[in-house]
Amino acid sequence: MAETAIALKHVTKTFGSVVANDDVTMEIRKGEILSLLGENGSGKTTLMNMLSGIYYPDGGEIFVDGNKVTIRDPKDAYELGIGMVHQHFKLVDVFTAAENLVIGIDSHKKLNRKEIAESMRWICEKYGFRMDPEKKVYDMSVSEKQTLEIIKVLYRGARILILDEPTAVLTPQETEKLFAVIRNMKEDGKTVIIITHKLHEVLSVSDRVAILRKGAYIDTIETAKADESILTEMMVGEKVELNIERPEVKDKKKRLTIQNLTCYNAEGVKVLDDVSFNVYGGEILGIAGVSGNGQKELLEAIAGLQSAAPEAQIDYFLPDAEEKIPLLGKTPRQIRDLGVHLSFVPEDRLGMGLVGTMGMAENMMLKDYRSGKSFFVGKKHPKELAEKIREELGVVTPGISTPVRRLSGGNVQKVLVGREIAENPTVLMTAYAVRGLDINTSYTIYHLLNEQKMKGVAVIYVGEDLDVLMELCDRILVLCGGKVNGILDGRTAKKEEVGLRMTKLQNDSAPKKKTAKKSEEGAAK
Amino acid sequence: MTEEKKTATTELEENEAPAVHEPKPLKEPIVRIVKREDMKFAQRIAVRLTGIVLALLVSAIVIYAITKYNPITVYETMISGAFGTRTRIWSTVKEMLMLTCIAVGLAPAFRMRFWNIGAEGQVLVGGIVTAGCMIYLKDLPSPVLFAVMFCASMLAGALWAFLPALFKAKWNTNETLFTLMMNYVAIQLTSFAVAKWENPFGSNTVGVINQNTRAGWFPTVLGTQYFLNVVLVLLLTVFMFVYLRYTKHGYEIAVVGESENTARYAGINVGAVIIRTLLLSGAVCGLAGCIAVSGASHTISTSTAGGRGFTAIIVAWLAKFNTFTMLLISLLLAFLDSGAGEIASKCKLNDYASQMIIGIILFFILGSEFFINYRLIFRKSGKEAA
Repeated sequence: MAETAIALKHVTKTFGSVVANDDVTMEIRKGEILSLLGENGSGKTTLMNMLSGIYYPDGGEIFVDGNKVTIRDPKDAYELGIGMVHQHFKLVDVFTAAENLVIGIDSHKKLNRKEIAESMRWICEKYGFRMDPEKKVYDMSVSEKQTLEIIKVLYRGARILILDEPTAVLTPQETEKLFAVIRNMKEDGKTVIIITHKLHEVLSVSDRVAILRKGAYIDTIETAKADESILTEMMVGEKVELNIERPEVKDKKKRLTIQNLTCYNAEGVKVLDDVSFNVYGGEILGIAGVSGNGQKELLEAIAGLQSAAPEAQIDYFLPDAEEKIPLLGKTPRQIRDLGVHLSFVPEDRLGMGLVGTMGMAENMMLKDYRSGKSFFVGKKHPKELAEKIREELGVVTPGISTPVRRLSGGNVQKVLVGREIAENPTVLMTAYAVRGLDINTSYTIYHLLNEQKMKGVAVIYVGEDLDVLMELCDRILVLCGGKVNGILDGRTAKKEEVGLRMTKLQNDSAPKKKTAKKSEEGAAK
Repeated sequence: MTEEKKTATTELEENEAPAVHEPKPLKEPIVRIVKREDMKFAQRIAVRLTGIVLALLVSAIVIYAITKYNPITVYETMISGAFGTRTRIWSTVKEMLMLTCIAVGLAPAFRMRFWNIGAEGQVLVGGIVTAGCMIYLKDLPSPVLFAVMFCASMLAGALWAFLPALFKAKWNTNETLFTLMMNYVAIQLTSFAVAKWENPFGSNTVGVINQNTRAGWFPTVLGTQYFLNVVLVLLLTVFMFVYLRYTKHGYEIAVVGESENTARYAGINVGAVIIRTLLLSGAVCGLAGCIAVSGASHTISTSTAGGRGFTAIIVAWLAKFNTFTMLLISLLLAFLDSGAGEIASKCKLNDYASQMIIGIILFFILGSEFFINYRLIFRKSGKEAA
């Protein structure tokens, strides 16, 4: 029997009326890789935040190495050898890697850069990281920032590492590298806790899996004895069908053409580079890519929220006519007034798609509050619609006038998707539609998208989970550095290929006529 | 492993590895703050009342400690100062109406998260224009003169708010600084107007305008000269409440205030909404200036606004932009103000002492909002200590 590194006894934490952790009693063994599995809102992060000193438990006891401890702040946690890498990085952009390592360390010693860099190199070599101590954080990719966060935790002497959804921002290749590092740390005797909700990762990397459901601890099982369906059942509390349907495309009709779309962001950086593709009614077009490779701008350009370079063209084809309507240069209101039913579920649900302080009913009228001649807003129709969506999609809310920001992530998304679908769209664009949602809600959303597809709606699905993209989408467009890096058939594409195209531009995808121009640009730099 | 690396290891361990096997006797923090969202209406009222009672108690202690006066007498003096006679009641009400009017003007801008702290200036320019009308157009028939005065003062206030709004809408400049600085321009303009309209010569004041003809003065109705003030402010209060809550414009203001991205997504022209809302906000503040000059002081000076443009910000916030609540808050502030003035003269208290009492009372009122939104959890004493 392995020694116990951390033991939690009857740990409870509440936020207002919400019980985040309810009487959790569990053990973490020394030198193991433990996956903490659970749906969103099941209290994984809260529980770990109590170990790392961010939150203080309302009740219960924590034992580290057999001793009862009190962890009041992150400093206490470090003294106990517990370090956590948070989902949102806590780095100072303008500092170098080495400088970031030592911020916050309370020491009266003189700052010795050489020594810090030396220790850092030593840690890198030992665990297989690659990192230049002099590199500034703002020059780093997401995966490098994460690496730095892990080094930081190790540098501070952590023996127990907690990683909060570390793979959420990584490509499949980067994930593999991270797992290799985690295995190295285990070799070295470190204890690693990974918070995640991706089942296949749990199975590939961990020794044991601990499962939380709705704040309560369910059980810990040996990974060797687990498979996806067992874990899902424990996580959700009931059997879940894990297959995403992909009905055959029946009647493909051209709905949108995007030609030579080039966009610049507010800082004048080119974020979309000569993007051209078609969108058809009756299919789901997946858009894959590492986050921040132009997905946001692409959807916003179609929605009339993003300006583009003059040679670009976006045309919309009316369902029953050959007539095409140019969309570019029009505002969302003008596009609506033309009778184009464009629905858009943006990535930032509460910051763009909904008004957080308003209730469901008031959010229903966000797009059509202007209808009718009256100076006053009509509140009857939105209320009915809100009740209908609440019932049909099973939105859990105290009432349709409860501010939507008080709802859980999944319910917020149901409200948003419900509204967008209620408009009878001909084009439905979704950005990260299932990010942060639990399994059941995710499958509800996939189902709704398929329903729309069968109705002949052109669905654009920007996603980050490659497995889902491969299972759900008819075609997959890969964006890399703002360029279209190949459009693959969802039924035949290989995951590795999509992953590769996400990170490395392929020669075949660059339009040939532009090659000359590109080399000019290169020379200009 | 090379020699050098070994050194690094040992150093690392020496420096970083903590003495984990002897945990310090750490104690639970003495007090923690936890957010709450579940307070019932009656509880909220109870917390606020407790706040006021505590405020009165603490003030009583302070009063007694400093002055040796009987605190009850001091409070009585305060009440009689604010409501003791008919004149005093009207003076308090007049003050309350001014504050409410300006706060109502600020409401749409604040609802949109546009920090219009230029109400002071907007009131002043409204006042200048009104005084100008009273001086130059005194021969017009009364209804026409009033119509001109109202329109002109609203236009002036709207113009004062329009400039910062335009810059915000077009170039996203900081409205806080811009509206603040517009106040100083308005103050200088007022000084100029006072110098120009000086009466009698050499007094450096405008004096009471049209003292004999009463042209441009709000008429006396039902035995009070403040009848029109009451009607105008109540109308504005109702109008703004409905406007913000039930109209399409009000909806747009709320969406823009919450998130400009959401507004753009919904197809709202954000710049146009900002400008439109600020025109309204400035117009109401300008009208407040008209009420101050034509309906109350009948003169113009740099103190016509008298800091009410700033006090109204507190009113608007405490009322959470509910215009009817603004009436209550304004009444409280007006009462405190006249009451404090009274104890300063009656009890021969220093003016600062009465200001202190106001400060204590406001502090407790604001403090009760904290206890409505948060809960404190104290360490269970003794249990863990052993």
